[in-house]
Amino acid sequence: MTSFRDSVETMIPALRRYARALTRDADLADDLVQDTLVRALRSEKLFLGGDMRAWLYTILTNLNRNRRRSLARQPVLTELYDTPEPSGTEAESRDITRALAALPEEQRAVLLLVALEGLSYRDVADIQGVPMGTVMSRLARARAHVKSILEGERPALRRVK
Amino acid sequence: MTHDTPITEDELHAYVDGELPPERREAVEAWLSAHPGDDARVHQWRAMSEMLHETYDHVIDEPVPARLSLDRLDQRPRQWAAMAVAATLAAFIIGGGAGYALRGATTQSPVAASLTGDALEAHRLYVVDVRHPVEIQANERAHLQQWLTNRCGWQVRAPELDAQGLKLVGGRLLPGPTGPASFFMYENASGERFTIYASRADSETSNMRYAAKDQDGAMSWTDKGVGYVVAGPVDKQKLTQVARLVFDQSEQAGQKL
Repeated sequence: MTSFRDSVETMIPALRRYARALTRDADLADDLVQDTLVRALRSEKLFLGGDMRAWLYTILTNLNRNRRRSLARQPVLTELYDTPEPSGTEAESRDITRALAALPEEQRAVLLLVALEGLSYRDVADIQGVPMGTVMSRLARARAHVKSILEGERPALRRVK
Repeated sequence: MTHDTPITEDELHAYVDGELPPERREAVEAWLSAHPGDDARVHQWRAMSEMLHETYDHVIDEPVPARLSLDRLDQRPRQWAAMAVAATLAAFIIGGGAGYALRGATTQSPVAASLTGDALEAHRLYVVDVRHPVEIQANERAHLQQWLTNRCGWQVRAPELDAQGLKLVGGRLLPGPTGPASFFMYENASGERFTIYASRADSETSNMRYAAKDQDGAMSWTDKGVGYVVAGPVDKQKLTQVARLVFDQSEQAGQKL
């Protein structure tokens, strides 16, 4: 009886990590997780077994898509990095964060689901509702894009001073 | 040797992500030792994953905020989950029966066009709202239907869409092109939302039509003087199935007051 709740509960930390990386904003990420959990609890009777983990990522992904759509007509706010250049690991993590931010939404989600959350290509295809081939091409493009940014090719439209 | 076996980029990714069939492993490793460029890429991809873990794994160890506690989130009523299983089969059988095409007028009137536009706007506006998408929630279904019936002036019923995996979220009253409009929202287990908008039309009946705008699609028709618009993600087949369920049930209800 409690197994559904238990399974949902054990997934919370991983969902928070994914949402944090996806949105790069701690509050927004927890909002997304909270909404995901509310929906999951409400849909308990509709969950007819299967992969709980993939199901929860699917809900979160759909919610994030809805959220982004509602933001689509608002101006895009970008951060200005006027603080001194950091060093070491901090700089590295800023670079990967910046690289993530530069990716189109679907590519970012694929890269994170595969490389951070360790989901299978099959699961990611189901989560995004696309064929495996699309997952593969998104993954390839995401990795190529991140590589170019980490190697110092700044996106052309940023850093216009 | 296996050096001549062509290795695709997909296989390199699969190798890094542990998705490579075991029988290809040797071939890929042989390829990598012969192709330093690909070997370097594979290393970079691994380094990328490590960077992601270094940057975000600490979130796993953070204490979970109180607002994400399931007991706390669970305090809201959940009765509408129970309705999900009911009437699924019945709705399926009813849905198979009636035909809905070829029902009268062929050109779309300005009111009908405006109705579809209003419905899509309402859909876009409210589906993104997670906590307050509706005025009255599904747990007050009877009250919601009575209220909308009183305000709209025709028999308003929230159809059962369990056959399509959709549960009622709730509804609200909205302005329509020529008077009040009823608005119901449904969602499935993975969070996709569909809405049903209905308002007084200027014709008795019409064909079913499909329209799409940006990322939303809509099926619309007029029946017994009421215009209906079912809106959802752009998936014509799914929308048609949902619209058919709605149509069949409005047919049954005997709409006019």
